[in-house]
Amino acid sequence: MRIDLEGFGKAYGGVPVLRDVSFSLRGGRVHGLLGENGAGKSTLLKAVCGAVAPDTGRVLLDGRPISIGSPRDALRHGFALISQELALVPALTVLDNVYLGRWRNRLGWRTRAADARAFAELAERTGFDLDPGALVRDLPLAAQQQVEILRALASGAKVIGMDEPTALLTKTETDRLLAVIRQLAAEGAAVVLISHFLEEVLSVCDDVTVLRDGRHVITGPAADQTPDSLVRHMVGRPLDVFFPDPAPVAEAAPVVLRARDVRRGAAVRGVSLDIRAGEIVGVAGLVGSGRSETLRAIFGADHRDGGEVELEGRPLPPGSPPASMRAGLAMVPESRKEQGLVLGRSVRENIALASLGSRQLAGFVRGGAEGRAAGAMLGDLDVRGSDLAGPVWTLSGGNQQKVLFGKWLLDRPKVLLVDEPTRGVDVAAKSQIHRLLVDLAADGMGVLMVSSEVEEVLGLAHRVLVMRHGRVVGEFARGEVTREQVLALAFADTPSPTAAPATPPEGRP
Amino acid sequence: MTTTAENEAALEAAEKAGGGAAAGRFTRLRDFGVVLGVVAIVVALSLTTETFLTTGNLVNLLDQAAVVGLLACAATLVIISGAFDLSITAVLAVSAITAVVVTGGAGVAAGMAAAVLVGGVLGAINGLVVVTVKVHSFIATLALSIMYRGLAVILTAGAIVYPPEDVATAFQALSWPTVLGGITAASLLFLLVAAVCWIVLARTTFGRRVYAIGGNEEAARLSGIRVGSIRVAVFAISGVCAALAGLILAARGGSAQASMATGMELTAIAAAVVGGTSVLGGEGAIWRGLIGVLLITLIGNGFNLLGWDTIYQQVVQGALILGAVSFDRLLRRSRA
Ligand SMILES: Nc1ncnc2c1ncn2[C@@H]1O[C@H](COP(=O)(O)OP(=O)(O)OP(=O)(O)O)[C@@H](O)[C@H]1O
Ligand SMILES: [Mg+2]
Repeated sequence: MRIDLEGFGKAYGGVPVLRDVSFSLRGGRVHGLLGENGAGKSTLLKAVCGAVAPDTGRVLLDGRPISIGSPRDALRHGFALISQELALVPALTVLDNVYLGRWRNRLGWRTRAADARAFAELAERTGFDLDPGALVRDLPLAAQQQVEILRALASGAKVIGMDEPTALLTKTETDRLLAVIRQLAAEGAAVVLISHFLEEVLSVCDDVTVLRDGRHVITGPAADQTPDSLVRHMVGRPLDVFFPDPAPVAEAAPVVLRARDVRRGAAVRGVSLDIRAGEIVGVAGLVGSGRSETLRAIFGADHRDGGEVELEGRPLPPGSPPASMRAGLAMVPESRKEQGLVLGRSVRENIALASLGSRQLAGFVRGGAEGRAAGAMLGDLDVRGSDLAGPVWTLSGGNQQKVLFGKWLLDRPKVLLVDEPTRGVDVAAKSQIHRLLVDLAADGMGVLMVSSEVEEVLGLAHRVLVMRHGRVVGEFARGEVTREQVLALAFADTPSPTAAPATPPEGRP
Repeated sequence: MTTTAENEAALEAAEKAGGGAAAGRFTRLRDFGVVLGVVAIVVALSLTTETFLTTGNLVNLLDQAAVVGLLACAATLVIISGAFDLSITAVLAVSAITAVVVTGGAGVAAGMAAAVLVGGVLGAINGLVVVTVKVHSFIATLALSIMYRGLAVILTAGAIVYPPEDVATAFQALSWPTVLGGITAASLLFLLVAAVCWIVLARTTFGRRVYAIGGNEEAARLSGIRVGSIRVAVFAISGVCAALAGLILAARGGSAQASMATGMELTAIAAAVVGGTSVLGGEGAIWRGLIGVLLITLIGNGFNLLGWDTIYQQVVQGALILGAVSFDRLLRRSRA
């Protein structure tokens, strides 16, 4: 099977985001699609899979042009897209989602048993361990993604586009997904994989294509590329990507955030931690270890069941984001679509939203001040290809992440809680955000950072906490711990992905 | 962090980058839909009748728009916040009846003040119920509106109520023409309220919060916005608008009764939506509601002027609303 993409072009309001992009995919191969934030990767994949109408461009399947005018057409030709923002029906079960709209039926009556049998077969083939009767909204993200993959397979897709599927996953989940991707290819499918993790792309892909500013830069075997060469193609110049060293925390730096025995349901079972001014504390752990829930409980996004949180010695009420914010706390949440951004509103309104009170006069928004502050923040974060008045949903995923970040920095919090600071952000922008975090800490801000990327935690944090089952199970100073040790500790009672022995945790039990 | 000079440069660059043009074009295209419809009707009526473009008719048109207009301001505000208020006309009736009753005991001014107060309080009750019981506002305000109508029946014992003879003229002050070219006081009140709502939505931090809650309630909450208070405030404003509309209706008729303005809440919601305010919340504007009101009022006015049989008016009105919304939909689709 051979799929030729020919001359894809797309402009939004006169601004081209794809310009005459052509390359080929083959059945049985995994094809990596790379580029900076806003390079046009998602747009291309959506155009090929019928989710957006391209201005120009056509798809040839084994030499014959096929017409794809809608996602339905695309599915009929065997093209399925697993998009950056998952598209499931949260209130339906896993089974219902997998066969959404294509439920088996006899004379219009649904035959659930037949679906269930087909589901069991699929689950067996992929090795996904999913309860078909569970409601999708109760599943963790990684499992939701598996549901999307099963749905693509159930539709008989032969060309499967995956837009940053690993952005939300931990290392093990990623490894499992990559294995499934390889298996899909082995079964003859053509898989297109968008990812900002270069090593991952190089390890799993047979071919790679790089886009820059909507233009096709290069297509070739992955074996010919290195992370450096890929970055050069993506950015157009060589770029050093490394973790900036955080400035040492002053001996006398006071504790700004003190949390004692914070509890919240079954997810957070007594977490205590201190953050000093200028200190970056990183939290590692598996999805479901209570990392995000801990941040939320500290911020008051979820009402704490017990425990105390003090900011500069003043106690914070157990469940009031406004009170936490007034005291100087900020939280960049995990999911930009659900918790972070008001997608239909402008970039400017979104950036201003968490600090409206600081730029007002008798209740009126001070437009000039707001425009300047928001513009400056976009500049600081290097959000390109967008203006302040456009709705946030038109930004690329990575740029949305930067806007989300910027929103919480306008008011200069004393302590910043960040959940997955660089989710979906390209290599260059990622090192900018790292730089930014380190600079903020150097200016005296305390930072509590959760990340699924262990490297990020180890590379940036002065201190690393490892969480498991809602508790802190290990605490290490910078440089005192390896990636393997962190993973071993995070996994401790689950089958470990690495053979490295766990060092006994020091610090709190 | 970069310096201010660099920031300014970045800002300018970002603004020039063309994204602005893109976003601008979408909004302009989208706005065309209904505006075009309204312009078409205006042109048609100006050409086919001699009476349309007369001061008398335009003054009349504005007066006719006042009640629906006030209700449409309420509907627009509530819909943008991501909710529905089906109780506005029930609140209108209770407020108007209150005005009559209190006028009887304490004079016209007190009657009007009481009506506005009652409107605000009933609105706030709507908001509190929606926030605390957490049922969908559509159902909650539907149930409450039945209660309010019932309350209106109890207050009037099912009859039409009139203010005392001696103040009857003063009670009708809102329906009088003013020195401003004969425009009625009711029209002025409507324009004033619309302007205030417009400014509040577009320029104040409160307005920003309303949009944010309607667009993504969870994101708004995590941004430190007190979602509950804002909702209660929005419903209270809606109630006040309804009460003002009730005062106008009562002034025109010189009386009030429990069944006043029944069904007009749907016309108001239609006006808001026809203008392009999204029923999903977080999008829209007061001026859009006003365009919708204009469209709906023009249809009635046109029937009148052209001497068409009004038995067809509702069919045409419904069809035009559907047409306007479909056209809008079409234009919006072309942006994807
Ligand atoms: N509907 C839209 N309206 C206007 N502009 C859009 C729209 N969709 C995408 N864009 C713009 O097109 C460009 C390419 O976006 P796209 O989402 O394809 O980037 P991407 O390569 O997937 O980036 P990322 O890595 O951040 O996900 C961006 O500048 C984005 O702002
Ligand atoms: Mg993308």
